Amino acid sequence: MALTIASRVVDGVTVLDLSGRITLGEGSVQLRDAIRGLIGKGEKKILLNLGDVNYIDSSGLGELVSAFTTAKNQQADVKLLNLTKKVHDLLQLTKLYTVFDIQDDEASAIASFK
Amino acid sequence: MPVSEAQAGRLSLRLKSTMESVAEVEAAAEKLAADAGLNEDERFHVAMAAREAAVNAVLHGNEYDPAKQVLASFENNGKSLVISVADQGKGLTPETIPDPLAPENLLRGTGRGIFLIRAFMDEVHFRQLNPGTELTIVKHLSSTGDKA
Repeated sequence: MALTIASRVVDGVTVLDLSGRITLGEGSVQLRDAIRGLIGKGEKKILLNLGDVNYIDSSGLGELVSAFTTAKNQQADVKLLNLTKKVHDLLQLTKLYTVFDIQDDEASAIASFK
Repeated sequence: MPVSEAQAGRLSLRLKSTMESVAEVEAAAEKLAADAGLNEDERFHVAMAAREAAVNAVLHGNEYDPAKQVLASFENNGKSLVISVADQGKGLTPETIPDPLAPENLLRGTGRGIFLIRAFMDEVHFRQLNPGTELTIVKHLSSTGDKA
């Protein structure tokens, strides 16, 4: 299933609800474009809701890292919300768990940006 | 459509250097793992390892060159699942791939594919072809469930 991205704003935080796969050729480019679009508009608080993402390949992991570094370079924050078990395990395996701010409750995640 | 050949439980595919081929390799690996009775996590590991091998072949090996092909084979020999993916590219020296877990590499956008393959499979073998690289990945049926 290809990646779909829905955007909403909660208390000044842009939440991207992602659904599907983040893989080379299926979702990586969409995610990159979405992040760069937000950063380009000056958004500083971005929360990626991965609750409906159950597959990320190495390319998708790289795209998450790129989102993180792109945001940091613009003094913006990208945080992750609602990891599925598969994605959680992948982030642990690749030590990216130590890189990202990972949240499992949306209200707490929104509050953490303040 | 790929050229396929099924012989005594062994499936061989001759594929174009496209992302559609990556999806075909992933699907064939998923079916091989499912037919072998592996659980969901194990099927995920085998299919993802095969996908990463195919991405390496199409993207880094053949560099999407329409003149180059990817050869993939899938076999359950009763003791192991054996998947081979070969490209016709410049060749790969696995020793030169940086460790993606090293602190200086954690924020790199690439370089995690081979690492994931090694993490998910029991054996990983590289063979230099002329030209190209053959990557053979093996999942021991008796050891399934031992790895996270």
